[in-house]
Amino acid sequence: MKSLSRDRLWSIAVLLPSVVLLAVFVYGFIARTVYVSLTDWGNDPAQALALDPIIRWVGLANYGELFTGFLQGRFRQELVSTIFFTLFFILGCLGLGLGLALVLDRNPKGEGLWRTIFLFPMSLSFIVTGTIWRWMLQPQGGLNQFPTALGLPAGSFGWLSSTDAIWRFDWNALPLLTASVVGLVLIFLAVRAARAGDRTRAIVAGACAALLLGWALFVGPNVKLLPAPELHGFNLALIGIIVAAVWQMSGYTMALYLAGLRGIPEELREAAKVDGANDFGMYRHVIFPLLAPITLSAMIILGHISLKIFDLVYAMAGPDNTATSVPALNMYLTSFRQNQFALGAAIGTILLILVAFVIVPYLSSSFRSEEGHA
Amino acid sequence: MKSLTKKALLIAAALTVTGTASAAGKLEIFSWWAGDEGPALDALVKLYKQRYPAVAVDNATVSGGAGTNAKAVLKTRMLGGTPPDSFQAHAGQELIGTWVVANRMEDLRSVFQSEGWTKVFPQDVITLLSSKGGIWSVPVNVHRSNVMWYNPAKLRQWGVTAPKTWNEFLTTCATLKRKGVAAPLVVGENWTQQHLWESVMIGSLGSQGWESLWSGRTKFTDPKVVSAFATFGRVMDCANKDASGLSWQQASDRIVDGTSAFNVMGDWAAGYFTTTKKLQPNTGFGWAASPSTTGTFVMLADSFGLPKGAKNRTEALNWLKLMGSKAGQDAFNPLKGSIAARTDSDLSKYNTYSKSAATDWKRNKIVGSMVHGAVAPESFMSAFGAIIDQFVASKNAQGAAAAAQQLATRAGIGQ
Repeated sequence: MKSLSRDRLWSIAVLLPSVVLLAVFVYGFIARTVYVSLTDWGNDPAQALALDPIIRWVGLANYGELFTGFLQGRFRQELVSTIFFTLFFILGCLGLGLGLALVLDRNPKGEGLWRTIFLFPMSLSFIVTGTIWRWMLQPQGGLNQFPTALGLPAGSFGWLSSTDAIWRFDWNALPLLTASVVGLVLIFLAVRAARAGDRTRAIVAGACAALLLGWALFVGPNVKLLPAPELHGFNLALIGIIVAAVWQMSGYTMALYLAGLRGIPEELREAAKVDGANDFGMYRHVIFPLLAPITLSAMIILGHISLKIFDLVYAMAGPDNTATSVPALNMYLTSFRQNQFALGAAIGTILLILVAFVIVPYLSSSFRSEEGHA
Repeated sequence: MKSLTKKALLIAAALTVTGTASAAGKLEIFSWWAGDEGPALDALVKLYKQRYPAVAVDNATVSGGAGTNAKAVLKTRMLGGTPPDSFQAHAGQELIGTWVVANRMEDLRSVFQSEGWTKVFPQDVITLLSSKGGIWSVPVNVHRSNVMWYNPAKLRQWGVTAPKTWNEFLTTCATLKRKGVAAPLVVGENWTQQHLWESVMIGSLGSQGWESLWSGRTKFTDPKVVSAFATFGRVMDCANKDASGLSWQQASDRIVDGTSAFNVMGDWAAGYFTTTKKLQPNTGFGWAASPSTTGTFVMLADSFGLPKGAKNRTEALNWLKLMGSKAGQDAFNPLKGSIAARTDSDLSKYNTYSKSAATDWKRNKIVGSMVHGAVAPESFMSAFGAIIDQFVASKNAQGAAAAAQQLATRAGIGQ
């Protein structure tokens, strides 16, 4: 029992409170939420808020309702919106952040001031950002009035109020689409593995791809999730929210990239120049590859922010605008306005799973690299 | 030395006053009346303090329009076992469908009888406040939802009059469109569209049909309801396309500046026109019952109830008695811009619009508003917004009616 030295006891005693608090208030509540999502709490209004409600176990019925229920079209649109939002939000932040960082890396005049200005939006809360941008994107004011300053007619784009959508697809085709996309990715992996000479890997990936594509071709078209076609797509009203979100977070990616750029040793750049690389070639072959880990961590941070975004949308477009709604908003409304606690918990659980998709690979890779360093 | 003893005496006096106050009791009232509505509530609280000077009133206001934030706070307090002594709720199903069905409220029928309220409140209102043999809240004010607002000067310029029926409205709409008015009707964010839907529905079904819709005798899938949905679709074709970006005030502004001709909104718009926009009733802004609803008063009311387990039950009952009294309602309503729920209120205190509303209140058939919580429980109201959004995008009346029926079944309407 030598391992239980005073130091060790001390460290355990110091850590224990946080471990207990985390266990109860994070993991305990996650477990509780998942449990509630498998019951019918709130589906009967008389039981929702009763002193001693009767709560029955219903298994996965709430999840079935969300993905195939007639009334839950709003949730499905929100899932689609979230995916588009995440995509454009991350691309926008990375692009703008990298651009700004590259400009600042050239040591312009007053660099410190610019850095502060670009980073400043991040110090605001999403509620403040949302309120400001709501003014800017009003139908009759702000951005739409901007062209009149140059003598042009005012714009008429419904930044937050448009009800148009592009890239629409039928929700019924979702299994088919998913199977096809995953199948194509597996084929790509199989081909790569075959080229690299990894035979077992190529065969496994190829077989899975064939199975999926076969299913997509022969069974997929017959799967009907909903009685009628239901179209979901990228709502144009989301553009306004993406603009505001990018405005807020691109300074952060700029800071990350700038740190990355400053971390690249001058010798590497000089070596590249000696080897005859021009500016473009140096960025393409030397600097960008070195920034890849930064891109990954920025994507992880931005990804989970965008999946759980709530306040920005609430402030900009209000809670009842289905064209701009996101699952987190629906979870709040379902739980605390409709009193459907089980359904709200199910939406929360789905959000948790989505966030886990983003976070877990990152955590495992960072753990692995930490072990590597140790 | 003299001033010192004086001070000591004063402090001692102050201490005894606060001491007796805490001994005599406390009252916590929970509402979402902040901002513009704050002074009206203050007037009531002042009146209460005059009558019960020993009671310390704790005004727990959670700001946020229509109580969106307050209701969430209230839920956590009720579920956590610390209910406020009396809380605000929209009169009718919003309270009944949430708290009464959960057996969390006290029946106030005995108070209604002892105070003689069953005679001074219209019978239709008592019906809306009742369920399961009880009366569940005291309405302190009444607003009318089915009002169509317009700009009289602009209408004269266009050569049209306020339409009396929805068919006439569609003809007027076509005329105005020919004259270059892009959006004859202005609507705002989602709830104002539901507000319009309600007026179209009552206009098409009649007050009887509307009542049987909420008692479950008529289904949403009934052909009459489906065709009313279709009418709503045609009405929405007359409306602006940037609706979801507008608050109700911004929508009302378009009546004032003449971008649009009509707006269906509750009568808080009258307060906005007179107080904020400094317009004169009948010349600066005009109003009529929304098309096809003349003779019907679609009402919504703010009311207060008594939760089971309230800590200061006696004080809360006194509060409720004050709210239902003539003095209380006449102190509150002129400031709030609403009318008294009692039929014997002092009309000299009200403005031109409110006087006309109060006259209609006594004569008209009274039905409850859906979007403002009188006839439908929260679980229906909140999810119905998505159905309206989908309908406005798809104009599929059959689909919207079917969805609404499923929602009604889930919310337990007509059971």
